[in-house]
Amino acid sequence: MQSVIKVTDLHKNYGELHAVDGIDFEINRGECFGLLGPNGAGKTTTVKMLTCALPLSGGDITVEGMSVTKNPRGIKYILGVCPQEINLDPDFSVLKNLIVYSRYFDIPYAEAKKRAEELINRFHLHDKLDRPIEDLSGGLKKRLLMARALINKPKVLILDEPTTGLDPQSRRQIWEEVRGMKNNGLTTLLTTHYIEEAELLCDRLVIIDAGKIVEHGTPKHLIEKHLGGKGNLEDVFLKLTGKHLRDE
Amino acid sequence: MNNACILKNISYRVWHMWRRNIDISLVTWKTNVIPPLIEPVLYILAFGIGLGAYVQKISFDGQYYSYLAFLAPGMIAVGVMFHATFDTMYGAFVRLRYQKTFDAVITTPLSAEDILVGEILSGATKGLFAGAAILLIISLFGLASYPSSLVVLPLSALAGLMFASFGLLFAAMAPYIDNLNLPIFLFINPMFLFSGTFFPLDGMPAWVRLAANLLPLTHLVNITRAATFNRLTPALLWDLLYILILTAAIAYVSIRKMKSRLIK
Ligand SMILES: Nc1ncnc2c1ncn2[C@@H]1O[C@H](COP(=O)(O)OP(=O)(O)O)[C@@H](O)[C@H]1O
Ligand SMILES: [Mg+2]
Repeated sequence: MQSVIKVTDLHKNYGELHAVDGIDFEINRGECFGLLGPNGAGKTTTVKMLTCALPLSGGDITVEGMSVTKNPRGIKYILGVCPQEINLDPDFSVLKNLIVYSRYFDIPYAEAKKRAEELINRFHLHDKLDRPIEDLSGGLKKRLLMARALINKPKVLILDEPTTGLDPQSRRQIWEEVRGMKNNGLTTLLTTHYIEEAELLCDRLVIIDAGKIVEHGTPKHLIEKHLGGKGNLEDVFLKLTGKHLRDE
Repeated sequence: MNNACILKNISYRVWHMWRRNIDISLVTWKTNVIPPLIEPVLYILAFGIGLGAYVQKISFDGQYYSYLAFLAPGMIAVGVMFHATFDTMYGAFVRLRYQKTFDAVITTPLSAEDILVGEILSGATKGLFAGAAILLIISLFGLASYPSSLVVLPLSALAGLMFASFGLLFAAMAPYIDNLNLPIFLFINPMFLFSGTFFPLDGMPAWVRLAANLLPLTHLVNITRAATFNRLTPALLWDLLYILILTAAIAYVSIRKMKSRLIK
């Protein structure tokens, strides 16, 4: 199978802190790949380096053969990024958020409008079409972020904790969407600390803690290996990352 | 990171960022379009007509002018300064820290330099709009000569770039939004008062004139006043040169500084 994303010996230091401390993985075409880890594990830091928003302290990342250090623009054209933090434009309506974002990809207005309307229907945002962002619930904002990430018809979708803080209904709706996109063959990187989410959606995953990969494989393989097939991924996760509380 | 690197990362996509910021201003146009038109009228009423009643004719460059006529071009320069500086100073700070706009845009094909040049361009556009609006108002009062006053338009655009760059630099240096009071207190307000806006610098002691000539607004006021008085001279090229060099320098420093804050 052909790999779309290749992460090699990735490092990120913030002063003394090794936020990402030598990570390697590859994501195959059409696969939903999970980056699972407790708070502060280094998931967002990895995603930011992958999306060319943060310089690397060491190692390399390539997307479709392009290196983040040499051709960031080339990579950014084909990525769809749904960030952990909500960074919609609060002064624009739902529709305008999508239109303005589409310009960054040089998408002509007529095409952008068509795509935006499709996405608004698909993510059930049509009731809120002209509403300012502050009127939206947390779940709707996340759905809009995801719609925005798809406006450029990305080859790779990056979802950084897409369901954190959402109610079960909104979470399920997002899962449905991710499943649908996977069935359409979209390569996806998903970060989460919800184990059931990873178990449900990810073909393969890595568990990271304190910037290092502690385990990798398919959900089934991990349960088999660590618990002899009895139990769930959460037990594996706790076994590997320990039970102490994370302070963020 | 060097100069060549910053230039290499700038593309036509700066206009995408510019357009986003202009669109935001149009959404909230009542607070963006009306003040630049009303403010100069208030200044002209208060200082020009109110204070002007007590002030004799002012001698400038060997000619006598009413206080109102003297003040009017100063108001153009001040308007450009306030609107361009504040647009990037508060706007960029809010987009960086609160709205996380830059975080959203940096994962699209725009580079950090595209984003920041776009910020400076949209700040300059606000400055130009303010300058043009005030020019229009004072022209209606019969206080601007034509065609020489048309110089005010490109000049306001250039000064807009300069002050928007200053604003971006202040935003980049301020840890908290309250810290922005400091450049207002130390830089903006002294310029407002001492750049030959309210009184001619000719009669001032040499050290005051020297200090005033270090302030960028002084040079803008010099050219703007000469343009509206139809007294443009080659000597003003020095003022222009000062503004050009300072604009390039501050734009460069502000982009560097803000980029290091945007991308850690
Ligand atoms: N800009 C930064 N400066 C210093 N430390 C940071 C910065 N961003 C993240 N960190 C630290 O790096 C570690 C990893 O953070 P992050 O990647 O956000 O974790 P996750 O997304 O897995 O919750 C944390 O300890 C966090 O405090
Ligand atoms: Mg995170």
